[in-house]
Amino acid sequence: MGVEGIGARVPRKEDKRFITGKGRYTDDMSVAGMCKAAFVRSPHAHAKIAGIDTAAAEKMPGVIAVLTGGQLKEDGIGDIICGWMIHSKDGSPMNMGANPALAVDTARHVGQAVAVVIAETQAQAREAADAVNVNWQELPAVASADAALAAGAPQIHENAPNNLIYDWEIGDAAAADAAIAGAAHVTKLEISNNRLVPNAMEPRAALADYNAAEDHYTLWTTSQNPHVARLVLSAFYQVAPEHKLRVIAPDVGGGFGSKIYIYPEEIVCLWASKKAGVPVKWTADRTEAFLTDAHGRDHITTAEMAFDANNKMIGLKVDTIANFGAYMSLFSSAVPTYLYATLLSGQYVIPAIHCNVRAVYTNTTPVDAYRGAGRPEACYVMERLVETAARELGVSPAELRRANFVGEFPYQTPVIMAYDAGDFDASLNAAMAGADYAGFAGRKAEAEARGKLRGIGMACYIEACGIAPSQAVGSLGAGVGLWESAEVRVNPVGTIEVLTGSHSHGQGHETTFAQLVAERLGVGLDSVQIVHGDTDKVQFGMGTYGSRSGAVGMSAISKAIDKVEAKAKKIAAHLMEAAEGDIEIADGEVRVAGTDKKLGWHEVCLAAYTAHNLPEGMEPGLKEGAFYDPANFTFPAGCYICEVEVDPGTGHTDIVQFVAADDFGRIINPMIVEGQVHGGVVQGIGQALLEGCQYDPETGQLVTATYNDYPMPRADDVPSFDVSTTETLCPNNPLGIKGCGEAGAIGSPPAVINAITDAIGNNDLTMPATAEKVWRALSASAVAQAAE
Amino acid sequence: MANVSMTVNGRAVERTVEDRTLLVQFLREDLGLTGTHVGCDTSQCGACVVHIDGKAVKSCTTLAAQVDGASITTIEGLANGVDLHPVQAAFKEHHGLQCGFCTPGMIMAAVDMIERHGGKLDEKTVREELEGNRERHHGC
Ligand code: FES
Repeated sequence: MGVEGIGARVPRKEDKRFITGKGRYTDDMSVAGMCKAAFVRSPHAHAKIAGIDTAAAEKMPGVIAVLTGGQLKEDGIGDIICGWMIHSKDGSPMNMGANPALAVDTARHVGQAVAVVIAETQAQAREAADAVNVNWQELPAVASADAALAAGAPQIHENAPNNLIYDWEIGDAAAADAAIAGAAHVTKLEISNNRLVPNAMEPRAALADYNAAEDHYTLWTTSQNPHVARLVLSAFYQVAPEHKLRVIAPDVGGGFGSKIYIYPEEIVCLWASKKAGVPVKWTADRTEAFLTDAHGRDHITTAEMAFDANNKMIGLKVDTIANFGAYMSLFSSAVPTYLYATLLSGQYVIPAIHCNVRAVYTNTTPVDAYRGAGRPEACYVMERLVETAARELGVSPAELRRANFVGEFPYQTPVIMAYDAGDFDASLNAAMAGADYAGFAGRKAEAEARGKLRGIGMACYIEACGIAPSQAVGSLGAGVGLWESAEVRVNPVGTIEVLTGSHSHGQGHETTFAQLVAERLGVGLDSVQIVHGDTDKVQFGMGTYGSRSGAVGMSAISKAIDKVEAKAKKIAAHLMEAAEGDIEIADGEVRVAGTDKKLGWHEVCLAAYTAHNLPEGMEPGLKEGAFYDPANFTFPAGCYICEVEVDPGTGHTDIVQFVAADDFGRIINPMIVEGQVHGGVVQGIGQALLEGCQYDPETGQLVTATYNDYPMPRADDVPSFDVSTTETLCPNNPLGIKGCGEAGAIGSPPAVINAITDAIGNNDLTMPATAEKVWRALSASAVAQAAE
Repeated sequence: MANVSMTVNGRAVERTVEDRTLLVQFLREDLGLTGTHVGCDTSQCGACVVHIDGKAVKSCTTLAAQVDGASITTIEGLANGVDLHPVQAAFKEHHGLQCGFCTPGMIMAAVDMIERHGGKLDEKTVREELEGNRERHHGC
């Protein structure tokens, strides 16, 4: 490793613009003549639209146009799609209800857009939007998944009887049932995974500019995947063909999954910029973000884990209901199926697994992938079960896990995934050492003397990243391939531009990707520029989510570098009259091994472009591209240990220690990886203690639609973290990378809840474990009764 | 309409704005200083913090007309030419940012905090004082 290469803890190249206020986010963009959009949104969770009167709004100051769903439909703009086909266990395709960008006859959740006003200023647009008169005829609404399945529930889409989208299964039901029937011990839990609102700090925004002379559109948008946005906007929504649409995702202020999807507002801004003849900008306010950004999680699960007399896991049976909200968002169908149920083997050898998933419509905001996407839900089920089983069996939670760990790789689980590498003992040992697990009893006694209840909990997670092998996901219903592309352009002076289909919205690609180039081509980080986020510059790309940019995006760059390196070596060998195999590239030089013959890197690059003296038949230039399609998912895994102190008087939980030991495979920049773990863990702690999206069950109103009502973790809610890594390399990509972006959010919620339930002696606790809930659970628990 | 004049990052500016113009809108839209961000509607996220006469204030909850005659410093005016302010340098050095969206507000709040506590800051105080700033804490 060089000082700037792979493994180096270098500060980020992109920071300078962010710390000086020079970042360029979508809302910072403006073009001449730009107008603002304001959306008219449904105030009801479920209502018929009997008519829309726009006359008053049209006459208001500054108003350019008032447009409705009917006009959008007339203009042939297609409905929003779900890009992953899931079939129910009876073979029938999922029941997808029509999802127009502007509702035409029915609104199905609070906040659904029904019309848009384009005006000269934001204030004028909003005032006119308030003046649009929609004749609403309210319908009964349903907000929770179990209520939506109940007999007599309001029906949300005609083609989805009983609000059921699909009834899907994986694994062997008979084998799992038999294991449970013959078990020495069965642990059974009812588990809910609370709905979360992503809350990227930068609200979504779009600026659409239609150029009539060129019949060409430009869209600046807050996207994690601008090429996917362009593809979907072109192929499915018929906004414009791809060569007539440029999508730019400039600096983006966080995504967490919520900026993967192509939302109504982007579609409408593009369409309206042509229709109204002006560039149109829309920026969500925070309440719009709460109402319209795709939410996360929201599962209700019953799970049983069976053990034999030697405490070996012999079977697992899981039944889950997933709340999809009012419409199927882009990747929604994949989340509780192939991103969830396929991880239900955890880190363990479990011979028989079965999982059934019912996806249902409700009158709530659509739900889709959110940091971890399915894997946090799987990990929460598994790790609550194992910890509970250890308590029931009277054995150490660490040793029960260890006794059931997968120890040999590759390991084929009964639920599709084939784990390629790992060392679960290593991360468990590292976390236990970091947490001084053995010393817990002493700390508990000391806390008790101070009147505090101390508890410890762990979670051993595994997840699947590096999304994804195209052929495999295609066979499972994905509408796209999930490879990545890259282009490495070496300039005549030897500086390098890397064009990547990955998109950075906080991950630090401008630094880590440059570190890879520095490592391989021996140039300084300052000589490398990473270009991303613009469909006019980068040919194609699938974007950033599912911790794929290292494992998949960098692998594509690595492949392109291979080609650049090979050509540069050929040129150098020709120039220095040496054998190609003897050429080495390092430290800005191209040398002939074992001799003092050398050229500067820039001299070889210049030679490629002057083309005065190239090997016979070689094309000039030094620029190569590559597509990389992964051979398998990658499997980051690790162990998190959380220690809490609960105040028995108030139920308030303090996280007093949090230790993370992760195996992410090869690490490019440890500083950035630690930042990703910190962020993920804070989000997981947020889910465990604070964040709970609440709908009124009768009216379907989102009760928690501002930061007043939806608590986000803040600096004083979390301790300093003890973060370390162990390493087994991923054998399936050239760099050995597994991915680190989601682990923290996956492993931490069960660790926190296991710690609290340990402290209070009551396992009956749901997330978010607010002080009130903890206090109530404590009052009902043996700890409290013993104290009386 | 209101006529407002103030000093922003050392430069005198004067504009006629709608009475309801917020300081953050004035900075972003009238002056093109887009480093100050808006992250919420309820004055809770702190992405919009600027200094008004040396004190950290949320510019989303301040009318431009209210600060007529004041001296404003935004993130763009914090560095001394090419030399970063020590707090800016520390955010970079210690990986205190990821997507960068909340960062300007965090830095402006931190500078104010350090000035108020005169070098007697401890971790607990910093965590408590950041109560008014939200971020998705690393991992955008
Ligand atoms: S924008 Fe000012 S506090 Fe959120």
